[in-house]
Amino acid sequence: MKQGLLSRNPSILWFLAALGLFTLGITVLSEATGTGLISTSFVKTLGKTLCLCLIAIAMDVVWGYCGILSLGHFAFFGIGGYAIGMWLMYARTEAIVAESLAASPIPPTAQEIIDATGTQIFGVVGSSDFPLIWAFSHSLTLQLLMVLLFPGLLALVFGWLAFRSRVTGVYLSILTQAMTLALSLYLFQNDSGLRGNNGLSGLQNIPGFEAVPQSQISIAFFWASALALGLGYVLFAYVTSGKMGSVVRGIRDNEGRVRFLGYHVESYKLFVFTITAIVSGIAGALYYPQAGIINPAEIAPIASIYLAVWVAIGGRGRLYGAVIGAAFVSLLSSWFTGGGAPDIPLGFYTIQWVDWWLILLGLSFVAVTLFFPKGIGGLFDYLTHVKTPFRVGDYGPDKGALRQEEGHEQ
Amino acid sequence: MSTLLEMSGVSVSFDGFKAINNLSFRIGEPELRAIIGPNGAGKTTFMDIITGKTKPDEGRVLYGEKSLSLLKMSESQIARVGVGRKFQKPTVFEAQTVRENLAMALKNPRGPFDVLLYKKTAEGAARIEALAEEIGLTAELTRPAGELSHGQKQWLEIGMLLAQEPRLLLVDEPAAGMTPTEREHTTDLLRRAAEKHAVVVVEHDMEFVRRLDCKVTVLHEGSVLAEGSLDHVTQNQQVIDVYLGR
Ligand SMILES: Nc1ncnc2c1ncn2[C@@H]1O[C@H](COP(=O)(O)OP(=O)(O)OP(=O)(O)O)[C@@H](O)[C@H]1O
Ligand SMILES: [Mg+2]
Repeated sequence: MKQGLLSRNPSILWFLAALGLFTLGITVLSEATGTGLISTSFVKTLGKTLCLCLIAIAMDVVWGYCGILSLGHFAFFGIGGYAIGMWLMYARTEAIVAESLAASPIPPTAQEIIDATGTQIFGVVGSSDFPLIWAFSHSLTLQLLMVLLFPGLLALVFGWLAFRSRVTGVYLSILTQAMTLALSLYLFQNDSGLRGNNGLSGLQNIPGFEAVPQSQISIAFFWASALALGLGYVLFAYVTSGKMGSVVRGIRDNEGRVRFLGYHVESYKLFVFTITAIVSGIAGALYYPQAGIINPAEIAPIASIYLAVWVAIGGRGRLYGAVIGAAFVSLLSSWFTGGGAPDIPLGFYTIQWVDWWLILLGLSFVAVTLFFPKGIGGLFDYLTHVKTPFRVGDYGPDKGALRQEEGHEQ
Repeated sequence: MSTLLEMSGVSVSFDGFKAINNLSFRIGEPELRAIIGPNGAGKTTFMDIITGKTKPDEGRVLYGEKSLSLLKMSESQIARVGVGRKFQKPTVFEAQTVRENLAMALKNPRGPFDVLLYKKTAEGAARIEALAEEIGLTAELTRPAGELSHGQKQWLEIGMLLAQEPRLLLVDEPAAGMTPTEREHTTDLLRRAAEKHAVVVVEHDMEFVRRLDCKVTVLHEGSVLAEGSLDHVTQNQQVIDVYLGR
């Protein structure tokens, strides 16, 4: 099987080699493990970028291969982040509380520690009790399970409802936007149990590793993100190749015809939607400890739209295209919005990139959609001289016209 | 010859227009049946009803020994119990190769996990080769289906239909865009399929129908106008008036 997978997808080896080299390069240049040419914060940026690449390939599978333009996958990313964030916040706060209470004359009971931890965590939203949703937050294992379960279950239920009633195209996109909007509005509420608009913070401090400097933690997360991206790439290359890939692309191009071949299209969509949601959740769980904070604004509908823009610019329908798009656009975006790009004084007006970057991005998106539908990834076709001749549409006689005589050979 | 499909009292209207009007039809297994009728007679709609694409307003469609009601089943379920269809306008997966198109149609378990874990087998490959040989597309196996000519797409559709190994084959205008030699080949193929299975062929081409040498059903305005041998129906005055006489 492995052999077949690689021979069908030569891009896997190239991708893994490139990712390996990149990881090695950053390792050698980082503060903790190398020369220190690259700052810890930049290592974090790169690690986060790898997580964004991971959700981008998930998006590419669901949109580029299966034809479901989901504009809600960042919700799953955020949920993954919240799931791991709950454990990070709980465990760390508990450790701090236990330490401070240990100094008191009477040793605290376990319940006292939990109560004090609750007060610490939920004080900002005027509460002190742990809501039900935090029931597993004391356990890393359980909370890691939630990283998979929460996005997976939400995708399963949402997808089942939507696909079963055969909602497709733009209506489905709107539904997914509504889903992520509803989730983010819900989380904004103080009584949502997840600290409202404060979100979860201090996530960069890993419980049990307080003594380890951030430079080392950052490179560890960078490695983990690279590993996850590599595994995700292989997983999705497997899903989108062979017979499964054939059916999935068939659904994208003509789902009705796939049905008449006997395939239950809804199950396939549900499978793709759910598995990509789970991978998005994993990406989020790796991203937010590097970001340090998660709040409901991360799940805003616009985030999922950006995701679609990355994939479109990178080139959908090819996994490495999604990686390139996500890495290129998100890094460029942080360069522009982080003040990296110098302002351009025009005399009468100064172009400040913080404001103008989005307009530039929007224009690029329009340009790519109109002129380079294959995106940046399409450039590789020139390199490898893969011509993809395409003949879509009906070139023969239109329908079988009424004929009462045999046709004659020309 | 046992009954495979029985349709009774089926009606469908689109915005008040009765495309199928109290239609009854039965076909046995094995049997070859030709359906003729003027444009708009409801031939394609008839196939849409059997395959679950269009739900009728009234009537019954029963299939197989257990008399399954096809009206209660989804398109994919109907296909899985053994109803295969070739569309009037060839609809193949243009972005995929001829081989991938055939492989997708090949009779195999259809669940997502079956397909995900599917491993190519020597039998499967041999079956694809044989089908490609039969439909004359051996040289095109690795070409994207979108590059094929109209006639070749017709053949690919026929190949995909055969690959499914259905018990009931619904074949909508197979000969359109084919040369006379290809038409002969098509009739041979359909007659061979009808030795074991039930085959319903819609065609306008009378020569083609004559070569099928089977019972003919004439549809007109959504119901059966005449049924019998080709000579029998072509002598029917009503058939001459609405179809042949024009
Ligand atoms: N989905 C639909 N909505 C509205 N009208 C339809 C629909 N499908 C078919 N019709 C109408 O029903 C009638 C029968 O159409 P059908 O396609 O079954 O004819 P046909 O016998 O296959 O004709 P042809 O020989 O041209 O293929 C036509 O008048 C057609 O316009
Ligand atoms: Mg028709």
